Amino acid sequence: MDDNETRRERIEEAVPAASATAGPRIGQDEWVARSAEHRGGRGGWMGVLEARLQTVPWWAWLILFVAVVAALPVGFESGYVRRVAFDTVIFMLLALGLNVVVGWGGLLDLGYVAFYGVGAYTYAILSADRYDLHLPVFVSIPVAAVVGGLVGLLVGLPSRRLVGDYLAIVTLFFFQIFLTVSNNSESILGDDLAGGPNGILNVQPLSLFGRELPVSHEGIFNVAYLYVALAFFVVVFVALRFANASRTGRAWRSLREDSLAAELMGMPVNWLKLTAFAFGAGVAALTGTLVTALNGSVFPQTFEFPLLITVYTMVILGGAGSQAGVVIGAIGISVLLEVLREPGDSRFLFYALVVLGLAGTLRFSRRLAVVLGGTLLLGFVVHTLADAIDGSWTAGAASGGGRLGEWANEWVVVPGDLAGWITPVSYIGLVAAVLTLTLVRGRTRLALLVPTLYLAAFVWENVMLARPEPTRFVVLGAILIAVMIARPEGVLGEKRVEIV
Amino acid sequence: MDTFIQLTINGFTLGSVYALIALGYSLVYGILKLLNFAHGDVFMVGSFIGFGALQLLGGSTDPKVPTWLLLVLITLAAMAGCALLGVAIERFAYRPLRNAPRIAPLISALGVSFFLAYSMQLMFGSEQRDYDAFSLSGGALFFNGFTIGNVRVPLLRIVIVASAFALMIVLWLLVTRTRMGKAMRATSHDREAASMMGIDVDRVIVFAFVLGSALAGAAGVMFALRAPTDVAIGFLAGLKGFTAAVIGGIGSIPGAMAGGLILGFAEAFTQGYISTRWSDLLVFVILIFFMLFRPQGMFGKPEIKKV
Repeated sequence: MDDNETRRERIEEAVPAASATAGPRIGQDEWVARSAEHRGGRGGWMGVLEARLQTVPWWAWLILFVAVVAALPVGFESGYVRRVAFDTVIFMLLALGLNVVVGWGGLLDLGYVAFYGVGAYTYAILSADRYDLHLPVFVSIPVAAVVGGLVGLLVGLPSRRLVGDYLAIVTLFFFQIFLTVSNNSESILGDDLAGGPNGILNVQPLSLFGRELPVSHEGIFNVAYLYVALAFFVVVFVALRFANASRTGRAWRSLREDSLAAELMGMPVNWLKLTAFAFGAGVAALTGTLVTALNGSVFPQTFEFPLLITVYTMVILGGAGSQAGVVIGAIGISVLLEVLREPGDSRFLFYALVVLGLAGTLRFSRRLAVVLGGTLLLGFVVHTLADAIDGSWTAGAASGGGRLGEWANEWVVVPGDLAGWITPVSYIGLVAAVLTLTLVRGRTRLALLVPTLYLAAFVWENVMLARPEPTRFVVLGAILIAVMIARPEGVLGEKRVEIV
Repeated sequence: MDTFIQLTINGFTLGSVYALIALGYSLVYGILKLLNFAHGDVFMVGSFIGFGALQLLGGSTDPKVPTWLLLVLITLAAMAGCALLGVAIERFAYRPLRNAPRIAPLISALGVSFFLAYSMQLMFGSEQRDYDAFSLSGGALFFNGFTIGNVRVPLLRIVIVASAFALMIVLWLLVTRTRMGKAMRATSHDREAASMMGIDVDRVIVFAFVLGSALAGAAGVMFALRAPTDVAIGFLAGLKGFTAAVIGGIGSIPGAMAGGLILGFAEAFTQGYISTRWSDLLVFVILIFFMLFRPQGMFGKPEIKKV
């Protein structure tokens, strides 16, 4: 499901005769189009596999993906898995919408979650008991999406005259205003409009073709909601894909590359910005309706700043501009946030990622053995010494338990009573050590890696596992910075080619 | 009338804190054209460093040093800590993206802001921290001072406003009278040309971050002296500081001061006469008004693009 152009480029690369006659397509710079040739593909069987995979059309990937997700409830009976799958599809929808604004339009929209909220509230007002409107879903859902898009247009309007960063601030303020208004909505003009912090309750669930879909079916999560969300996902994915391939889509991307040049080419830059905004807002609002229908209620606390950062991390990690990328990013981050909730699972993830990351960067070399062995040895030495000096230093039990937990308890110092100063000192020390690692090279880096790894294990066991909530968001922030610096195009995004 | 005087005093205090934050935005934006979203969180970290220093010096009920020295020391600690933090943020999160597309450092800045806020929550929890300035030398900071009409102006407010203005004057002198200040102005005007003239642009940028973050640290202490602080204050304070900078004309030092004061008054008067709930809304209206009708702010020059 790579972007159309790249795939075509790579096919042309694989078949040189075709590229000699075809030439670059409309709206594409020749030099940029040929930049892939300079990079060169992978050799060996990996290269062959990669070239074969490139020729699979995007809709085949989409069908395969949808089939796998649709088969999930068959394999997993538990309501938890189904609920997580539903939430993940919701995140995928949100990421697709944000991708229009950030990935294609190149605009920094920090009010995105507010549009999600607008959709949720609109749906709630149209179908909650308290207003007694009870519109059918075939009316209320499109209305909510359109309202979201219109609000997007309105918010975009003042930014017509503004460039880049000001847009970010206006949208961020809009977000703040949305929170203020929704939190105080019980006292607007003396009327209780939307319940303020108590939100709107008793929203009717979805009803399709005259049949209501109950939220839980035989006591567990009703799988119909997963399928409805999946259907929304397919429609949005395909619609946005066609939008991107259209004239407007090409114009959006030209806006992202250089809005001044686009304007000089006679493109209606302001109008394009507004449409990109409205498209993103519409998708967000559409997603909001689904979540509200499932939860049966809507509260202002749902639409806070961390949600915005979560969706941003998904888009940036997956690769802004690539639809397949942001979907993968959404799945990855959504699952990661779930895993981090539970200490036992998140411990496993931590050690697995550390070992895999080391194997990935150092390859299977002697250096890898030295680093891993050194860290293990250092751990046992420190643990034995701490135990010998004062038994209470190692008396604590690692949270979560499990076999890995028991093993970690034998290796990582877990004090029975963690002194107040240890938390900030070890955490700040770890951040400083990781930052220093990025500055040094060669043997110094290897030598520094060993104590850093042990310190990381110490902080993970003692500080982060004890407080899962901030840990999840610290991890998100760190991913955002690291991706921006190490690989700005994300996992599947297109590498930016600069013409100077 | 009494209410009016009281609100003016409140507005002045709040405004001088906003002005200090706005200066940090303005300095960095003037030189890097980067909107440093993390600035509000640096301010929050400053208020926490001040709290830590206060505890180390014995707390406010039983300090080991005289009150005036205590205030100076905690402010200096916060300024130094924040300056260090600012340098680290610039070095690791912004410098690698110096030549990336405009949106990249902005997203990195978002990440830094989020990382800082939640790291602080991870380390210190989300409970409020109170400096308990009331206990300092038996409430002297609150009972002393002078009166206008029936309203007493407590010493604490005078100290906050005076030291904020003192810091601004020092900054003003640094930027207009020193060689480094000249280099900063040159870099802000045209970075490439400045580097061709032999100015070490990297050093200038680091210096801007040091100055801006130190001011944010001082602002954090001043903020926390009048109200308890917690890990979540950075977001809104940052937004308002930025608004103040835009109102005054981003990149302009007197503009940031004026913008901060205007915002402080606006907020104090809405809180006093209308409702505390809607004061943020007014800030937004002011911002939109300026962006629509005078995007260059009060003291800024309109941006002219040459292709």
